[in-house]
Amino acid sequence: MTTASRGDLRVNPIACSGHGLCAELLPELISLDEWGYPLITGRPVPPGLVRQARRAVTDCPALALRLEPAQKKRRAGA
Amino acid sequence: MSPQTASSTLAQQTPAGGGGLPRLLLPAGPASQTGDDLAAHLWRDGPVPDRGDAGALIGDVRAAGLTGRGGASFPVHRKLAAVAAARPGRAIVVGNAAEGEPASHKDEALLSAAPHLVLDGLQLAAEAVGARRAVLYIRADLRERTRLDAQMPERYASRLDRVAVEIVSAPARFLAGEESALASLVSGGRAVPRFTPPRVFERGVDGHPTLVQNVETLAQLALIARYGPGWFRALGTADEPGTMLCTLRQADGPASVAEAEIGTPLAGLLDLRAVSAVLVGGYHGAWLTAAQASALALSNAALRPAGAFTGAGVLAALPADRCGLVESARVVRYLALESAGQCGPCLNGLPSIAAALAELADGHPGPRVLADLSRWAGLVEARGACHHPDGTVRFVRSALSVFAAEAGQHQRGRCTAASHRPFLPVPAGPSTDADWS
Repeated sequence: MTTASRGDLRVNPIACSGHGLCAELLPELISLDEWGYPLITGRPVPPGLVRQARRAVTDCPALALRLEPAQKKRRAGA
Repeated sequence: MSPQTASSTLAQQTPAGGGGLPRLLLPAGPASQTGDDLAAHLWRDGPVPDRGDAGALIGDVRAAGLTGRGGASFPVHRKLAAVAAARPGRAIVVGNAAEGEPASHKDEALLSAAPHLVLDGLQLAAEAVGARRAVLYIRADLRERTRLDAQMPERYASRLDRVAVEIVSAPARFLAGEESALASLVSGGRAVPRFTPPRVFERGVDGHPTLVQNVETLAQLALIARYGPGWFRALGTADEPGTMLCTLRQADGPASVAEAEIGTPLAGLLDLRAVSAVLVGGYHGAWLTAAQASALALSNAALRPAGAFTGAGVLAALPADRCGLVESARVVRYLALESAGQCGPCLNGLPSIAAALAELADGHPGPRVLADLSRWAGLVEARGACHHPDGTVRFVRSALSVFAAEAGQHQRGRCTAASHRPFLPVPAGPSTDADWS
């Protein structure tokens, strides 16, 4: 994977406990809802923000944020 | 309240392989007079038609166009093929009879009327994916009301089954049948959804590729294995072939379970006179006005443009003297309590939505209640690990749309309903955190 590779930010909502650090590190793409949980805008991550996105991923205290390769189609229904 | 089986009134005595209805909910025939379900089943449908080879059945299921009858209508052959691709012998199959939807009784009716068809389907599914372990996951009270614990040993004694079947009791929770929650419970954990991927068909029970199919899907599979895809397609529509079981709820009688050809007009299944609205697809489904319902048929193709889908076949005709907002508020309160509480937006948003809807239903809403509901619906949608927030939002939005005129009355402190007698069933007593396992 190169630094320029685009990807999608995705929150694991079970792991996320609403620390809000991601929104501080990446305000261009992440805001917080009225309960303090991250709302991800902008998809996929533009190349210029990939570095900050990586940082938000590694710094999440709950390890709840992921940068996934370009959006895959969802498979098999529930 | 136990459901009545509509087919019990039909005096049809032909085997299931005939051309008509019903296929699943057949009367048992002469052997049933002795109470011997297995003999009745063998008289009607014969033994499990083992193929000895997975490929043929998956091809037949694909040709038949069978979709899952648990609510999601996912093509069955795709799940079969995905699990069959796992390393031989690792796969596990699970028949899902959690029936967590309080308004649905069709799995219970099927397991009472045709348990051996379900168990045949479980064997056939195990054969198709090369599984050496099979589980029947069944809500505990439903297990008590059926005879499965006695019927299973009869099958072993008759050497009908190649794979031993283990019965696992499911907790009576709305989400207990969600695939990842099911996989967690059968693995020894709590029946709460998990974050995916990996999907259950990739890594499910004890980390093994796991095929989860609703019990009605398995029974349909057992009929396809016997009578073939052409027979299966003789009923239903070209895009949605076959029949499906429906739980019909009308006025204040007991719910009934009927097997319907897909594509049947809803007006042929429900009496829509003196009805104000119809709930289609259950508590994750959508309300339709009675006028909409009378023009639509039981198929996803017909229902989708109206924002609804067949789901697991719940059809409830709201009597005209009831308030749809009061009914919806009660259901949404229940849905909020059934959140597993794992995801922040669901944990916070569903109770907020439920409280706002209750305020509106009580007839003393604050000035911002509709704006709040709309905002919170947007904030919980697509932000959970499972579909509970999405399904709840679908139900709420359809209620606010179908009962918009009533909402206007409530905002002026009036309710046009003559009766507030509860119509839609909601389990009594609040759920506690202790009963997820």
